Amino acid sequence: MIELEGLTKRYGDTVAVDRLTFTVRPGVVTGFLGPNGAGKSTTMRMILGLDHPTAGDVRIDGRHYDRLKDPLTYIGALLDAKAVHGGRSAYNHLLCLAQSNGIPERRVAEVLDTVGLTSVARKKAKGFSLGMGQRLGIAGALLGDPRILMFDEPVNGLDPEGIHWIRTLMKSLAAQGRTVFVSSHLMSEMALTAEHLVVIGQGRLLADTSMADFIRQNSRSYVRIRSPQRERLLDVLHEAGITAVQAGGGALEVEGDKAERIGELAARSGFVLHELSPRQASLEEAFMRLTADAVEYHAHSRPDPAPQDWGAGWKGA
Amino acid sequence: MSTHQPPMPQAPAATDWQAAPGGPYPGYTSPIPVVRTHLGHALASEWTKIKSVRSTMWTLGVFLLLVVGIGLLTGAVVEANSDSESLSGENMLSFGFFGLLLGSMCIMTLGVLTTASEYSTGMIRTTATACPSRGRVLAAKSIVFFTVAFVTTLASSGFVAMLHSSMLGNAGADSPTGGQWLKATVGVSLYIALLGLLSLLIGSIIRHSAGAITIMIGAVLAPLVIALFMAASSMQKLQEWLFEYSIPSQLGAFYDNGLTGSGPSGWDPLWIMLGLTAVVYAGAYALLEKRDV
Repeated sequence: MIELEGLTKRYGDTVAVDRLTFTVRPGVVTGFLGPNGAGKSTTMRMILGLDHPTAGDVRIDGRHYDRLKDPLTYIGALLDAKAVHGGRSAYNHLLCLAQSNGIPERRVAEVLDTVGLTSVARKKAKGFSLGMGQRLGIAGALLGDPRILMFDEPVNGLDPEGIHWIRTLMKSLAAQGRTVFVSSHLMSEMALTAEHLVVIGQGRLLADTSMADFIRQNSRSYVRIRSPQRERLLDVLHEAGITAVQAGGGALEVEGDKAERIGELAARSGFVLHELSPRQASLEEAFMRLTADAVEYHAHSRPDPAPQDWGAGWKGA
Repeated sequence: MSTHQPPMPQAPAATDWQAAPGGPYPGYTSPIPVVRTHLGHALASEWTKIKSVRSTMWTLGVFLLLVVGIGLLTGAVVEANSDSESLSGENMLSFGFFGLLLGSMCIMTLGVLTTASEYSTGMIRTTATACPSRGRVLAAKSIVFFTVAFVTTLASSGFVAMLHSSMLGNAGADSPTGGQWLKATVGVSLYIALLGLLSLLIGSIIRHSAGAITIMIGAVLAPLVIALFMAASSMQKLQEWLFEYSIPSQLGAFYDNGLTGSGPSGWDPLWIMLGLTAVVYAGAYALLEKRDV
């Protein structure tokens, strides 16, 4: 379990992480979502004790990271694939990590096998592709068989087969009762893996909900209608107080979940319908709307500048 | 696992995390035995690190080549140009100086790379995650590097000293005393290893290989070069001080042939370097604790 309490990081005047409070629980994959520059990596670095928080607190199972006596068996992290000395072989890289935590050497071969790098174990890491580097980083995270796993953008640079592999891996790790915390800027990716969602924008917490709730709350639902009697259908809908808008391909769209009502209306009036489908806007769209709101909120929350004589004229216009 | 966590069955249903049973921090329990880590683990890790990169082999290889090669050359030149009287009253071990002075550049480079390369490659984030105690990482790096540098320098300087004593025994020099032997082998090796450790600490402070190496080479050479051009008599005192306390001159003191008759002598250079390294170590440690990785 990872507990954040009012975690804040400031770089000069810039607030990278702003009073984040949330808990990452065991047994599920928790997605950590936010646009680029939202503060995801900074948050993860503070969890690992790499960066000192300006204010607030973060604890791993009740303790600060630097109080953990055996950190790699507690929490395994993939921060970025490049956190490796390129001149060292994959095997030796993992070996020096294992030794620093008293992990038996046999684990090195085991995790290399898990991530599928056994055949290049003795090759230097600098010759690795982005995907191989990512796998090596994941091997390092799995080395101590930890209770908590943290992945920062793990699917970056992986091929489709690799992406599928990491999704399955994360789900199975969570199913074993581990805490899995994974960041991404792709909502669609999270929709496939995460059960719980933490969304941040500009360092602030925007949402901390289950995936299903997030979808329910944030996605726009609408009904798509196609009919050969489009104009007359529009009139009938208008009379019933339903606003339909023209969509591409001769279809109509009605906001909200009104498919049943529209179907009954059409049947009563004897219209032919070629399509009547309730739909939901993509999660990506929902995510973008959520973070866009945060940007708007941020802009509006600033105090209005004091009225100035020369600007007063056109402001009201 | 830690003391306050009861063993847990693996969480059955992934979805019911809110009702996860069994203590305040339930979750997965690994079959891997848990070890309370200490400095010994960090030392093993750093030893694997230093021997598994090629730059270690390169810098130490070039170091050996320079110390032994230049030692051989100097010995041969001196032997060819001396008769039975020309070295009387001289310390025949002092000809090991030239190779060591050049070779020290390699030790300094290796020292800087030990810390700075972790920053340039990003490895430091992995290192700091695996061992959150930054003081322990710095201590482990320092001990492993110092040992490697000391043993390598001792082996090569000892070899060259024996070589010279057998080559130049007929040139009229007195047989070196035990004290001279000790200073020309153990003394210089400790000094060079400390110089390397100082470079390691500068690398940790600067976090940039090229920058730190430049600083160290400048610190070794610049005082001498600047002093050479201090012609004005009003600067004579400063010039003398620079000559006496420049690092090559201190290294020469181990062979009783500093640039001037005065200045540090005997084992003094070692204490000077030890004090300097201790101060810089404290600074590097404080910065390491304070800064973000």
